[in-house]
Amino acid sequence: MSMDLDPDEVFRDDEDDPENEFFKERDNTKEFLVYLVDASPKMFSSTCPTDDEKIATHFQVAVSSIAQSLRTQIINRSYDEVSICFFNTRGKKNLQDLSGVYVFNVREREDLDRPTARLIKEFDQIEERFEKEIGSKYGIVPGSRDNSLYNALWVAQALLRKGSAKTADKRILLLTNEDDPFGNLKGVIKVDMMRTTMQRAKDAQDLGITIELLPLSRPDDEFNVSLFYADLLGLEGDDLAQFKALIGERFEDLNDQLRKRMFKKRRVRRLRLVIFNGLSIELNTYALIRPTNPGTITWLDSMTNLPLKTERTFICADTGAIVQEPLKRFQSYKNENVIFSADELSEVKRVSTGHLRLLGFKPLSCLKDYHNLKPATFVFPSDEEVVGSTCLFVALQRSMLRLKRFAVAFYGNLSHPQLVALVAQDEVMTPSGQVEPPGMHLIYLPYSDDIRHVEELHTDPNSVPHATDDQIKKASALVRRIDLKDFSVWQFANPALQRHYAVLQALALDEDEMPEIKDETLPDEEGMARPGIVKALEEFKLSVYGESYKDEDSNIEGKAEPTRKRKANAIKEYGNYEWADLADNGKLKDMTVVELKYYLGAHDLPVSGKKEALISRILTHMGK
Amino acid sequence: MARNKEALVLVIDVGPSMHSVLPEIEKVCSLLIQKKLVFSRYDEVGFVLFGTADTKNELKEEIGGYEHVTVLRNIKVVDEDLVDALQKLPRGSVPGDCILYNYWVVIVQTSSVVKHAILVQVTVLLDAIVVGTDMLIKFGRTNKAKRRLCLITNAVSRIKDPFEGTKEDQVNTIATQMTAQGIKMDCVIVRMKQDRETNRSIMEENDFLMSVFSNKSSSKVVYVESPTSLLGALRTRNISPVTIYRGDLEISAQLKIKVWVYKKTSEEKFPTLKKYSERTPTTDKFGAHDIKVEYENKIIEDPNKVVPPEQRIKGFQYGPQVVPISSAELEAVKFKPEKSVKLLGFTDSSNIMRHYYLKDVNIFIAEPGNKNAILALSALARAMKEMNKVAIVRCVWRQGQGNVVVGVLTPNVSDKDNTPDSFYFNILPFAEDVRDFQFPSFSNLPSSMQPNEKQQDAADKLVQMLDLAPPGKQEVLSPDFTPNPVLERYYRYLNLKSKHPDAAVPPLDETLRKITEPDVELLSQNKSIIEELRRSFELKDNPKLKKSARRIKERPSGSDEEIEEFNKDADVKAIDSMEYSAKTEVEKVGDVNPVKDFEDMLSRRDNPKWISKAIQDMKNRIFDLVENSCDGDTFHKALQCLVALRKGCILEQEPKQFNDFLCHLSKFCQEKDLRSFCLYLTSHEITLITKAEAPDSEISEHEARSFMVKPELDSQNMKSEAKAEDDIMSIYLGGK
Repeated sequence: MSMDLDPDEVFRDDEDDPENEFFKERDNTKEFLVYLVDASPKMFSSTCPTDDEKIATHFQVAVSSIAQSLRTQIINRSYDEVSICFFNTRGKKNLQDLSGVYVFNVREREDLDRPTARLIKEFDQIEERFEKEIGSKYGIVPGSRDNSLYNALWVAQALLRKGSAKTADKRILLLTNEDDPFGNLKGVIKVDMMRTTMQRAKDAQDLGITIELLPLSRPDDEFNVSLFYADLLGLEGDDLAQFKALIGERFEDLNDQLRKRMFKKRRVRRLRLVIFNGLSIELNTYALIRPTNPGTITWLDSMTNLPLKTERTFICADTGAIVQEPLKRFQSYKNENVIFSADELSEVKRVSTGHLRLLGFKPLSCLKDYHNLKPATFVFPSDEEVVGSTCLFVALQRSMLRLKRFAVAFYGNLSHPQLVALVAQDEVMTPSGQVEPPGMHLIYLPYSDDIRHVEELHTDPNSVPHATDDQIKKASALVRRIDLKDFSVWQFANPALQRHYAVLQALALDEDEMPEIKDETLPDEEGMARPGIVKALEEFKLSVYGESYKDEDSNIEGKAEPTRKRKANAIKEYGNYEWADLADNGKLKDMTVVELKYYLGAHDLPVSGKKEALISRILTHMGK
Repeated sequence: MARNKEALVLVIDVGPSMHSVLPEIEKVCSLLIQKKLVFSRYDEVGFVLFGTADTKNELKEEIGGYEHVTVLRNIKVVDEDLVDALQKLPRGSVPGDCILYNYWVVIVQTSSVVKHAILVQVTVLLDAIVVGTDMLIKFGRTNKAKRRLCLITNAVSRIKDPFEGTKEDQVNTIATQMTAQGIKMDCVIVRMKQDRETNRSIMEENDFLMSVFSNKSSSKVVYVESPTSLLGALRTRNISPVTIYRGDLEISAQLKIKVWVYKKTSEEKFPTLKKYSERTPTTDKFGAHDIKVEYENKIIEDPNKVVPPEQRIKGFQYGPQVVPISSAELEAVKFKPEKSVKLLGFTDSSNIMRHYYLKDVNIFIAEPGNKNAILALSALARAMKEMNKVAIVRCVWRQGQGNVVVGVLTPNVSDKDNTPDSFYFNILPFAEDVRDFQFPSFSNLPSSMQPNEKQQDAADKLVQMLDLAPPGKQEVLSPDFTPNPVLERYYRYLNLKSKHPDAAVPPLDETLRKITEPDVELLSQNKSIIEELRRSFELKDNPKLKKSARRIKERPSGSDEEIEEFNKDADVKAIDSMEYSAKTEVEKVGDVNPVKDFEDMLSRRDNPKWISKAIQDMKNRIFDLVENSCDGDTFHKALQCLVALRKGCILEQEPKQFNDFLCHLSKFCQEKDLRSFCLYLTSHEITLITKAEAPDSEISEHEARSFMVKPELDSQNMKSEAKAEDDIMSIYLGGK
């Protein structure tokens, strides 16, 4: 809920990372997910273009999207459980021994289980192995009562029998390019098979299982959801219209589309925006952008690799007595201890209700680039509790967009009450789908206490130089040359994380070879060497630096001087020691850091680091 | 410690026109001292008042003049007395423009000491600056510390012409002197509404003179127009910025610009408090009451086995597996980029949306004194600003840092001659950091969720008129001038507690409430627009919603949890489950027709719990109405509800429920400045339920009447109820 009165939160020390909860998405429930992948021959014969301008079959697209989301999942939500299940297969493998359904799995893993390194690795090779081990075959054909779709739903439902629907979200994601699975049947048989299949789906839904359809369609052959699946999924009215609108988009990149839709939206919390007293609307917040971390660290005993737990003991420093976790805190002030109870501290922090209170509006130009502290939170209206919220929200969002204004509100969250900006976001669509959803972004504003006036340190009463028109012109030419036209923020993978996960996967599978990861964040040196850019660069350089530009210059007086002096001193002092002897006799460690730096300084080596680092640097330099 | 030591002289205008803002000045100055007591106890502070009737300063004794300038305290190490002294600033009686002293000649004749050169003839405002500067100069002869002068005035009084030269010359002289001495000055000029109506030409002249200070010396002049921004304008804590990177901004391999990078924003956290040990004997006067925390690592499966810290190894979660990696291994395989800041390219600023900014903000400034670097950054910043471009850069701040950040540079072009152009730097997300959730298009929403023309018009008006940055006035609640209300409140409470250890947390004061709540004045100016919006949109609780327990309610601060607590009550759960099965029946007192809902619920006979729930719901509803009223607009409805509740309580023989509620509602209104509601009730003759009406009541006819006459509850009359009175909320929440 909006307010968790957790005394620990009030007491939470800085070293416990106060923002931890904020950065992590709120996960109260885990998710059980069955990927139900159509493996019929049609999935192999239909193709679509991919982003690297190749042609891929629908099957390839489905499988690679799943592989990608498995990777994301093992890092971000590894406690969620997943199962991959093909239907319309030649071979069969499932507990009920139903034909046309094959549950893919690897060693040391249940059919519905957390993803493992091995699952990811073997699933990566599924394409090569598929024909040999599993095989593709239509499972609904005239003259047979076999119903592979029915079987698939049954198997999926059986897999999801685990756990209670209260504590877990259960989902079936159906990937298929066949909008009319019973199209080649006729008469009573067709009607009957459709009916039983729908009943199967309804049974599953009644058990709290959500069935979602990810249709794969081609631009020339649109997936017609009304033929069969609308009934199976129970779509009607607005839902159906929305669904149709979504698949009706011309998706250039199917892979991208699938990947986006495989994620389930997770609400962080429900909020009320109080427009003014007596009028408030309901909002849901979502964490669309949060830094991903290398994951949690579990400390292990290096001898046994067994997990450790850390126990804290509180000891009274004055008496040495072991005490319970203390409930009071104090601050030294005016030579005495001022004591606070948990209640008092939480009362201090309670400066408002847990809601978002609208304070007013400002033009967007008031929101400066330095008014930022942490990632924004996305807000989207909901009529779940307060009917009419969406309508008012949409009206405000449209007004704010049109008038180029943002709202200022106070967010009275107990752990972190803060002023926020609500910036309206218009929907942005590209051929590959929705890039920016419509809504508002909640941006956490700094207080004056949080803003530093660095520029003042660099002021000079005798006025500092500003660029001339010519210099600006040359800079403009340069800016125009080095233009990243289609830059999008998510085009780079985080090289440190990629490396980290690759290493983890290799270690988890006991592989010796460490994978190489490409660092996509490095500048495009080839591009920068193009004559047009080089010329613009040279002209800009000339206009600012004249002919005197020197690389690695440190020609500013007062800065270079001490370095030079230090070096001269080092050279002078250097001669006073018998370095080779000292090193051979292990005497270096008896010398002071200042003395060690004479050697390093005289040889132009870096002088930073701890004493051991300095010694090893000297020994390395001597070749010892 | 000594490196960051500061000597500060506060120069405060206490003349008559300043009296209205002095309470705020007292608060902000004492906060400044308090923070020094906590964070920099060796800083030294002096303070000077001007506009006082009396005169007390060294310059007067040395050379005469400088009347109406009182040195309340010479520069010395901060101590607790100072906080108290600042909380009781004397009110001066002399406006800043009435005195003309001319000591120029004296000065010229005796100026063997540098300081005398700055003794120019001006009004008290400049006199005060001179006195403050003089204190800092004298202090500086024997002490090494950063010296700062902090001036707070409204600068609305006339500064008289000097004996020789112009006023501008005189200010120049002082500014030059300050620069030569390395003294910085922060001027906070407070211009409230009434000040803006005074003589424009005087103000313009003064503002010009102040701008000379800011251009000619290391002075910063800020103007504030509200008490709230006054609290935010004065820097109460001095953090000397440190660079996080010094080195090249590599435009290419051929062109490298020397830059320094600092933090521009960084959250000032709530102070970390120490754990308090209550085991220290009370007789131990010198006991530190500290608590040491010791950590022990034990194997989960074998809790008797303690593992020393150096024997631990990190394990990383990968699916169900935990992969152990020693620090040496990790070091060997981890990503190791070189320290550098490299340009990746420029792009249209529209490609970088504001919500991509990921963390706190840095600033890129050219290496000081490096003219070429300053020019290069200036040229790029100005070109980019003109073309609406931003730069994408890849940064590794330190050697050995295990990751890179990709971020965006946005130009920060300075409009002042003495400040270099610079760039703000914001970190951008990587592919892994973005969740591609899909949301429905607003245009695809059903028509009931789409605003019609009238509604859109009402929203437009609100967005336009509820304006926090009106033209010609200062922006309200600008982050740069808005203090953190929690920190303000904490430090004030800290000071209070140091004197009265048992003091309760005082309510948030008026000035700080302006940050957390909408401005009443702004709302009343836009009353018709608000009403129009209210009429245009119909908001109601979802009737299909089966559970009300998770409802978020608007409550006075502090009650949310208790509501939650109440709702978690087993009784309520029982009701909720009943609600589920009996959908057609009224299950709660809604917004739309509370009186009818209430009566319907009372008439339900399927479970006696409905009665208490109905009464409870109705109480909540009334509270909502009263609390959320805007100029009494909801009072009528609240009255109707109250009448219904009263009737219901008599019928159901629950007079105490009603009487308690009315008492506390009344008390609540007294406290929350809603006395008008009490008067409204009195005028409509709402009384407590008497013995005559319900035998269970303990209230006599007479008592009931006196309650009406005297809304403030007389404890004598209500003695029998007194025990519950200490907690308004518990009653209001229907605690039995």
